[in-house]
Amino acid sequence: MRVAGHWRLKRQRLTLEGEVCPSCRAPLFPPRDVCPECGKPAATPYTFSGRGTVYAFTTVYEPPAHFEQYRPYLLALVKLEEGPILTAQLTDVDPEEVSIGMPVEMVTRRLTEEGEEGLILYGYKFRPLVRQQVA
Amino acid sequence: MPTHLLTPTRSVGITGYGAYVPRYRLPAAEVARMWTGGRGGLPVREKAVPGLDEDTATIAIEAARNALARAGIDPQALRAIWVGSESHPYAVKPTSTIVAEALGAVPYVQAGDWEFACKAGTEAMQAAIGFVGSSMADYAMCIGADTAQGRPGDALEYTAAAGGAAFIIGPAEGALAVIQGSLSYVTDTPDFWRRAGAEYPSHGQRFTGEPAYFHHITSAAKALMAEMGTKPEDYRYAVFHQPNLKFPQRVAKMLGFTPEQYQTGLLVGEIGNTYSGSAMVGLTAILDEAQPGDRILMVSFGSGAGSDAFDIRVTDAILSRRDNAPRTRDYIARRVEVDYGMYARLRGKLKNA
Ligand SMILES: [Zn+2]
Repeated sequence: MRVAGHWRLKRQRLTLEGEVCPSCRAPLFPPRDVCPECGKPAATPYTFSGRGTVYAFTTVYEPPAHFEQYRPYLLALVKLEEGPILTAQLTDVDPEEVSIGMPVEMVTRRLTEEGEEGLILYGYKFRPLVRQQVA
Repeated sequence: MPTHLLTPTRSVGITGYGAYVPRYRLPAAEVARMWTGGRGGLPVREKAVPGLDEDTATIAIEAARNALARAGIDPQALRAIWVGSESHPYAVKPTSTIVAEALGAVPYVQAGDWEFACKAGTEAMQAAIGFVGSSMADYAMCIGADTAQGRPGDALEYTAAAGGAAFIIGPAEGALAVIQGSLSYVTDTPDFWRRAGAEYPSHGQRFTGEPAYFHHITSAAKALMAEMGTKPEDYRYAVFHQPNLKFPQRVAKMLGFTPEQYQTGLLVGEIGNTYSGSAMVGLTAILDEAQPGDRILMVSFGSGAGSDAFDIRVTDAILSRRDNAPRTRDYIARRVEVDYGMYARLRGKLKNA
């Protein structure tokens, strides 16, 4: 992706900024400007809390290009407490510690980098709640 | 005699604070197993190692989010975000703008990266006292965070660790702790350095002790206590820069502080030297336990060299706000031990992977 493309996605990646539909109040992530619930335009920014639960997960052993350095890693569908389901990596957790329905929280981590001289890309991942890991 | 105290025109304090420590730990015994056949004394028990997807920016972001949660302020109220580190992810491109964006604090915010070896974060704190104390701003965020590296086999490899702390400086009213005074003590002393482009630092071996660490910390601490009219026994807690277990305990003793005063903030044995985070993370652990009225002395140290000293008094507001974010001990407790092989991978020492 070109630098401009990453730049346009920064709010979504760094602050979990999506949209809320002004007509039916459905929260949308990722932002898509047309509400999938009611079909009306939706462009009101809405920042998600970052709390959710694991809806499904898998371990990736054969990653796509630019993600090889993290293998193996956990990829999950996370159901945000506001409703939307998104795809994200799980971090700071081993596969045997993960279960469906496990509460997770958003953290900002390095997603990848475009070579040694290129941009470092940061974005959301999810991990078990810190206090839950301790207890 | 003119005062050396840095005194703002309006009283300021710590409105929110937060820490972050990665979950991986490398036992010092693993480093000794690799390089000395397990012989020799160990400067710490273990150190915190960042995960593959962590760096100074991600550490700063999590510490800063914890500080915001405790401050209970809108990130848009921040007028400065300053990140002190010796391991900024980019040589050119600020860490602070990444942090500001992630906090939702852009665009009307002053952003800057600070450097002064291990005291870059407390240096930013003093600047923030001026920023808020002059009424230019109501809130300024200052962060000390690092993912320090030691050359494989070097003495620093036992201790060079990752972690960070963030403080929101604001008006004394509404603060969790009031900053009653601070000063800075600096000379040109070549105890530790890293040239541009060099991967690992160099140091003056034994020169790092007496003329550098001990001289600057004791000078800053004594000068601050003289200005404030205080003695060691006036402080419930004291926290110093902690490059290993021996130095901060010895400097505490030299100044007349007891283990009861320095133990709460002495974390280096469990997490290693978090560089710009070192004294500041120690202060967060103290604020996690302190009671209203408790007085705290914090003295940082940065090679090159200098110390910043702070006299801090905890307020009643600490009780209702400190549980709004994970405590520093929560992060220390979520410990996952790694061996030297995994450490080499996590720290990018496997060049052809
Ligand atoms: Zn709708």
